Amino acid sequence: MPETLTFYALSGLAIGASALVIGQRNPMYSVLMLIASFGALAGLYIQLDAPFVAVAQIIIYAGAIMVLFLFVVMLLNAPQEDAAEWDRSHPLRPPVVARFGGMLALLLVVQLAWALLRAGGLGGPVAGLGDADVVSSVRELGRVLFTDYVFAFEATSILILVAMVGAVVLARREGD
Amino acid sequence: MIPLGHYLIVSAVLFAIGTAGVFLRRNLITILLSIEIMLNAVNLTFVAFARQSGNLDGQIVVFFVMTVAAAEAAVGLAIVIGLYRHRESLNPDAFASLKW
Repeated sequence: MPETLTFYALSGLAIGASALVIGQRNPMYSVLMLIASFGALAGLYIQLDAPFVAVAQIIIYAGAIMVLFLFVVMLLNAPQEDAAEWDRSHPLRPPVVARFGGMLALLLVVQLAWALLRAGGLGGPVAGLGDADVVSSVRELGRVLFTDYVFAFEATSILILVAMVGAVVLARREGD
Repeated sequence: MIPLGHYLIVSAVLFAIGTAGVFLRRNLITILLSIEIMLNAVNLTFVAFARQSGNLDGQIVVFFVMTVAAAEAAVGLAIVIGLYRHRESLNPDAFASLKW
């Protein structure tokens, strides 16, 4: 069952890398771990017959957004939380407030597990109804994106423009 | 064949990890990274459901989520840079005052 093995390897990698993102003390390592997690998720997207989403995940997320994060981490040059802060904020040695946050996260896990267990019809194979050729077709994806979703597409282009202007204004030094 | 539920479980675990990161970490950059983890968990759910139902709407939503994530990261990091200039700290507890 190479397919099942690939699935478990990739999801294990994604979950492990994500856990290391929040377990790392140095933001630089966190960003690199998140890139590994995104790579594993791109593998899962390929398994789900969504090759274009996988490529976009690598190019946009791992390529553009994470480089932006890395750039800011290097620019600020304040990588480490200091040791006392780390002791306070480490998940294994939490004070009351962090324990409360951990409780909320655990509650979320319990709720999600409960919802998944109650929902029916999840046991069927993921490739149940759809035709793989339709779902993985980039041509069809482009047609839907530029016809049915053309308004949302244009709206996101305005969003990007606003975000660009906002980022420039916010990061500008006062007095320039 | 891998059941749909397994993808949803992976997605739920990733989302919970992201939530835990937002609650537990005291570093603005790591908190933004945790938000990215949560967005990716939701993306995985969308793609899995798109594959199961056999139409492309889920994948389209993923593209919009990626766009919004890019805009959010750009503006969020600009705010982090601005805050760091004022306080020389990335700890959110350092930004407790409404005015300085």
